[in-house]
Amino acid sequence: MRKHSVKSAAIVGASLLVLAACGSNKTEGGGTTGGSCDTSKGTLTVGVVAPLSGNLSALGVGIKQSAELAVDEANKKCTVPGFKLTVSAQDDEANPAKGAQAATKLSTDPNVVGVVGTLNSSVAQTVQPILRDKKIPQVSPANTNPSLTRGNDFLTAPKRQFDNYFRVCTTDDLQGPYAANYLVEKAGKKKIAIITDGKTYGEGLAAELSKQVSKKGGTIVGSEKVGEKDTDFSGVISKIKALAPEAVYYGGEYPVAGPLSKQMASAGLNVPLMGGDGIFDGKYIELGGKEGDLATSVGAPTESLATAKAFVDAYKAKFGKEDYAAYGAFSYDAANAIIGGLAKTLEGGSAWDESKRDAMLTNVGAYAGSGATGEVKFDQYGDSTNKVLTVYQVTSAKWKDVQTGTFTG
Amino acid sequence: MSVLLQQLANGVIQGALIALIALGYTMVYGIIQLINFAHGEVFMVASYGGLATFTLLPDDLKKSPAVALPLMFVGGIAVAVLVAVIMERFAYRPLRNAPRLAPLITALGVSVFLQEAVRVFYPNAKSNLPYPKVFPEGNLTLGPVNIPWTGVLLVVLSVGLAIALQTYINRSRMGRAMRATAQDPDTAKLMGVNPDRVIVLTFIFGAVLAGVAGVMFGGYLNNINIDMGFQNGIFAFTAAVLGGVGSIRGAVIGAFIIGLIKTVAGQYMPGGTQYDYVWIFVVLILVLVFRPQGLFGEPERVRA
Repeated sequence: MRKHSVKSAAIVGASLLVLAACGSNKTEGGGTTGGSCDTSKGTLTVGVVAPLSGNLSALGVGIKQSAELAVDEANKKCTVPGFKLTVSAQDDEANPAKGAQAATKLSTDPNVVGVVGTLNSSVAQTVQPILRDKKIPQVSPANTNPSLTRGNDFLTAPKRQFDNYFRVCTTDDLQGPYAANYLVEKAGKKKIAIITDGKTYGEGLAAELSKQVSKKGGTIVGSEKVGEKDTDFSGVISKIKALAPEAVYYGGEYPVAGPLSKQMASAGLNVPLMGGDGIFDGKYIELGGKEGDLATSVGAPTESLATAKAFVDAYKAKFGKEDYAAYGAFSYDAANAIIGGLAKTLEGGSAWDESKRDAMLTNVGAYAGSGATGEVKFDQYGDSTNKVLTVYQVTSAKWKDVQTGTFTG
Repeated sequence: MSVLLQQLANGVIQGALIALIALGYTMVYGIIQLINFAHGEVFMVASYGGLATFTLLPDDLKKSPAVALPLMFVGGIAVAVLVAVIMERFAYRPLRNAPRLAPLITALGVSVFLQEAVRVFYPNAKSNLPYPKVFPEGNLTLGPVNIPWTGVLLVVLSVGLAIALQTYINRSRMGRAMRATAQDPDTAKLMGVNPDRVIVLTFIFGAVLAGVAGVMFGGYLNNINIDMGFQNGIFAFTAAVLGGVGSIRGAVIGAFIIGLIKTVAGQYMPGGTQYDYVWIFVVLILVLVFRPQGLFGEPERVRA
């Protein structure tokens, strides 16, 4: 009996310790505890807003887990002295309204120091103002729409939109034209048809592409729209087929693009489909993407970068699989920018409170580091200074990189 | 010209799929005046049922389409029928004599329930799932028009089953009981018709058709997702209303009209494919303004 009560006292004591360690934060932990680090000042949270369920969850989960990896490593290395870091991942379901809810939830938590996300440019539009009001830095691994940082007149009169918003990937005003150059000059496709899904990302990307196609002497033979939830594209395909394009450019994401490519082939329209970073995922091929289809994506191929190797190895060791998807390395860098900014803000062992938010924004903006995607630095608009893009092609049922570079006009 | 023919063919295939689902809406409405909004989800569940059947098959059977394909139909239909029967028994039957709004709201609830159940419990259902390649590949080429064999099969099944259903309802004893219940459930009861049996059978017929549609959808479009039931359900519901809800012939014709409007308007109307949905509903509104009971519907009877 006596022995028993000692045992239960020990269990109660141990669980109290665990509870205390969790502190005020009841969200999912970012992995193992800080080990030997001093975490006496409490727990700070790096928020993640990404589609963790729904059609784009392959990309969203890659973003979440890569951010967890960055936080985990920071905890092990005691990057932020006195604090333990955790990740609080919120699902936005690729839906702007859900994204706003997720951002509101994170912004009301005083321990949230920064947010990694979003995946979709359309979701970013609702998340940006919510986080700005609370001066929470947002670093996106994947938003490529140029107006998010530089406003609607991003080419002629760029103007910083949100002083809390940064991104580590390049933008569609480079990605679209880069794809156009490849299609017209390298692949020799002069007649291009455009299909878009009507969302911020796809529309912007396709608009930038078509300008450059015309500049390089190609023609846009037609431009059509499909619904995000459409499944039967025969109407659109027949219409486009009659225009005899040499390639089809799709502005949107892989859940539509994969089946679209497959249906194009079975309708006898055997031309390559090209898209942006939104279709660059293994799922695209699984859902019907065919041999010879093309995609541009931001950054150099993760596997080929020397700086990325450490990330890939660590990711594999932690999660067992290499499912970091298109934005894993970017998400890792985004989280590290937030952590780096935080470490600078709390230099000298000061405590975290609301008054630190201004310094935090400045420090994230001034962050410079060498990350999994190469040099990580932000320009005066919050855009990444890393403008590298890569063209991939489906070869033997896998994405294979065919050209890496920057857009030069 | 060849483009028009191709678009007509596309429209007929889309119409055939919608018709299979619309029949379920219209039959249930004809008997118990319930718009069963969960019917679209029965179609979706059937599609996952067919996929699950394939996944559970032993590897050597997976390679022979002649065996796998019929088994997928059986599996899909079985799941659809099971869901429909349970839905009728536990969600709608207790509300048989409740105000009409109560079962309608219940139907919406069942719809959300089914969609979320598949999303949560079916492995990897959070994103699109590819459908197995056991369907006939390739195209039927008629001059300038290309029609996938799966599309041909879909149209044949749809029209064939609709005719069979119409014949059954017009000729058989059970069909007469169905028509009697639709006209006047109380009198039908006095004449010895068991309304519960008739109603369950109606749900089963609807589910079988939705089951065929669900598996064919996967075969024709190669992948499925949990939203497919909602979207196609809305089209099917619209088709049933356009044709006159309660009318078998109306549902089928309404479905083909919707399929054709979508593809032809996307090709020729201003705004192109961006506005193809708009034209469907413009036509629906015009029909309802001039013929509120739909193309083939009977004017609403006031019930005592």
